[in-house]
Amino acid sequence: MSLSASAAEAIGGRGGFARPPAALVAAALAGAALVLLPILVIVVQATEIDARAAAALLFRPLVGTLLLNTISLVVAASCTTALIGAGTAWLIERTDLPGRRVWSVLMAAPLAVPPFISSYAWVSISNRLQDFTGALVVVTFAYYPLVYLPVAAALRGLDPSLEETARALGEGVWGCFRRVVLPQLRPALLGGVLLVALDVLTEFGAFALLRFRTFTTELYAEYRIGLDGPETSLLALVLIGLCLALVIAELRVRGRAHYARVGAGTRRAGAPMRLQRMRWPLFFGLSALVVATLGVPIGMVVFWLLQHAHAATSPVAPSVPALLGATLNSLRFGVMGAATALAIATPIGYLAVRYPSRWTALIERAAYLTQGTPGVVVALALSALTIQLAPALYQSLALLAVAYAVLFLPLAIVSVRASLAQIPAALEEAARALGGNGVSVAVRVVLPLAANGLGAGAAMVFVFVSTELTATLLLSPTGARTLATEVWANTSSLAFAAAAPFAALILCLSFLFTWAFANRLAKAAYDGWA
Amino acid sequence: MLFSRIHASTSRAGRDLLAVAVIASAAFAAVGPASAGAVTLTLYSAQHEQTVDLLTKAFAKATGIDVKIRSGEAPELASELVKEGASSPADVFFTENSPELELLSEKGLLAKVAPATLASVPAADSSANGDWVGVFARENVLAFNKDLIKEQELPASLLDLAKPEWKGKVAIAPTDADFLPLIGAVVALKGRAAALDWLKGLKANAAVFDDDEGVVAAVERGAATTGIINNYYWARLRVEIGADKMKSAIHHFAGGDVGGLINVSGAAALRASRHQDAAQKFLAFLVSKPTQEMVSGLDVSFEYPLAAGVAANPALKPMSELSPPKITLKQIGDDHGAAQLLREAGLI
Repeated sequence: MSLSASAAEAIGGRGGFARPPAALVAAALAGAALVLLPILVIVVQATEIDARAAAALLFRPLVGTLLLNTISLVVAASCTTALIGAGTAWLIERTDLPGRRVWSVLMAAPLAVPPFISSYAWVSISNRLQDFTGALVVVTFAYYPLVYLPVAAALRGLDPSLEETARALGEGVWGCFRRVVLPQLRPALLGGVLLVALDVLTEFGAFALLRFRTFTTELYAEYRIGLDGPETSLLALVLIGLCLALVIAELRVRGRAHYARVGAGTRRAGAPMRLQRMRWPLFFGLSALVVATLGVPIGMVVFWLLQHAHAATSPVAPSVPALLGATLNSLRFGVMGAATALAIATPIGYLAVRYPSRWTALIERAAYLTQGTPGVVVALALSALTIQLAPALYQSLALLAVAYAVLFLPLAIVSVRASLAQIPAALEEAARALGGNGVSVAVRVVLPLAANGLGAGAAMVFVFVSTELTATLLLSPTGARTLATEVWANTSSLAFAAAAPFAALILCLSFLFTWAFANRLAKAAYDGWA
Repeated sequence: MLFSRIHASTSRAGRDLLAVAVIASAAFAAVGPASAGAVTLTLYSAQHEQTVDLLTKAFAKATGIDVKIRSGEAPELASELVKEGASSPADVFFTENSPELELLSEKGLLAKVAPATLASVPAADSSANGDWVGVFARENVLAFNKDLIKEQELPASLLDLAKPEWKGKVAIAPTDADFLPLIGAVVALKGRAAALDWLKGLKANAAVFDDDEGVVAAVERGAATTGIINNYYWARLRVEIGADKMKSAIHHFAGGDVGGLINVSGAAALRASRHQDAAQKFLAFLVSKPTQEMVSGLDVSFEYPLAAGVAANPALKPMSELSPPKITLKQIGDDHGAAQLLREAGLI
């Protein structure tokens, strides 16, 4: 995902040093290798199967159905999230819609609702919302912020004079949008849609509840009935292949076109478009979206909190010790995962920012591969590997932390990169010239300056880790349950009332941590692009 | 870009968070595992979690031995145990069905169960090799929605559900561990080819759910006419909804039909366990009369007790009135063939 690269360039400019220290390269390579390890394990396992058996396994109706399900949902969700994400971004950034500042927070907030929680909410409203329709509803509402956020940022960064010129030359409103605005939004829009597509490919919890079968849910189903041999690895490879194809396709479609503004000086804010008669209908449209994305999950969790959970039908009783234990574990795992991800991401990010080259770009890209690998695949690979080679790590907290780091490394790298890119290289050069060595420069110059960005990145990874489901189910140490696994244990047995207290805590935790960002994001929206 | 956008606008909060993260991770790292000395058993459990919670708490109270629980579906846990082999951290494995225990028995991973423990339950409900003990039992039944179908219209045999006239009228959960012994039994009694045909017929006829809870809920709300389940899922739903409000009922396959198969839930001590005495104590505890009476007396589990002289929950049809097929647990097998058949039939 070079969208991070372009962002870093936009923010910091290139400030490279000549040759990277060997220790730094080694650390970055080790990080990338760690990420590639699970995929390598899957490839090796899959090659144990001979060609004929592989063909028999792959060319059968079920795989066709799964492909059709998976691809059609990816395509449909890409369209719906692009429409909703870009449409809301335009409304909020470019029109005279009332309450823009509040809307910009509300539009980003659904990111704090884990998809399996919103899936639980929708499924428990009506069983009709199953299969394709339900899956599309849930992922659209869960993931459209992934399009909204970058498109809104891009819209803020657009120079209005281009549009004004186009209008002056005789283009209509739509012509101007199509020929001037849309091309400039392309990188943000495609980048956002790619994230949506990858998340749809690897989502498990939400679809399992909705009974919608994709490659990822199928992999878990096979694992559940004890099939974790080479056949399952081969199916996992198909999924990883799909993800790779998406990443490559996005790179191709985006192309190499340049969208930077020419000219110096501060950008002027464009005049907001008057919505006139559409102002209030659109206002209520956005309100309906907020009800669907935030109101339904929160409302249903509250509704189920008030219902009685019978012991016979509830796998996990929501007792105070269980709630407390699960919350502590969620927090603990989140902190561990965030710290590990940041530790692995820092050398990779630093290398990419300070020593940009084809090789460092390759290392960074490798780290993004896991974005397209489902948690169940990473977990099974790491578990198989440690049983055979490192039994001391098997079912350990350390292994779980590594799994989280692998799964959420892209998030960590993006934030490390962004915060490092903002530090002028000249400061480090000066520190070195004054006699500082690598360590003292890192500790006394780079770290204090990057701490803000690193902390924010850590908090972001923390939110994702503390609500993660599949890797946690498979790898967590015996007896260690988290809020997410307890919600899952109950919802997968349709014990909605017993799931509610755990789900409520997840929402609180997630909103609390995301609030800091959404709040700042809204502020940034009006302070202008840094 | 999305995230860089967020991080572009930073404040002190970010730095504080980083500091908190570093301190907290150090603090968490300092808190090690529970103190050594007292024995803690590690239990891999596929049983209903609240039942296991009750059991382990009662066990800890009686013996002072704590039990750590790793919950999962039995086949996945069995597959983990096979991979772990001699280095397995597990002491005891407790399942809802026999095939996973048979698998571990075949692989030589189980320790022999103390003869006194085995003697507490009928010999036919435990391992023929004496390396796992039967604890509870359940009956396979057909749940049906009373508004959608009359009981006399229901099929005489489980195998009939694969016939074309049942298209769209069946719900199944083929990847629920409870379904696999049924496949094993059909293979044992009717042959592999017949079993494959049956599964292919079900694939054409049935709505597929992840687990029996989903099946019984679908039947109850009328989304499915009938559903193949274990009896206790229906019994649990009845407790929740109330007997007079139930829209569904259960049909017991009669005349020794394979559909009336009894699934045996069992437990075993792992050979790799370093706490053999404690593990054996736990097995003995599971089949002891007080334990079995406690579970039968609560409206939580709804399984048949196997210990002699313990009455089943009155909500269940008496065991003596059931007419299960004549088949041994050994014949039902170890799930491996069942999973393979599911794949061949295109259900997974």
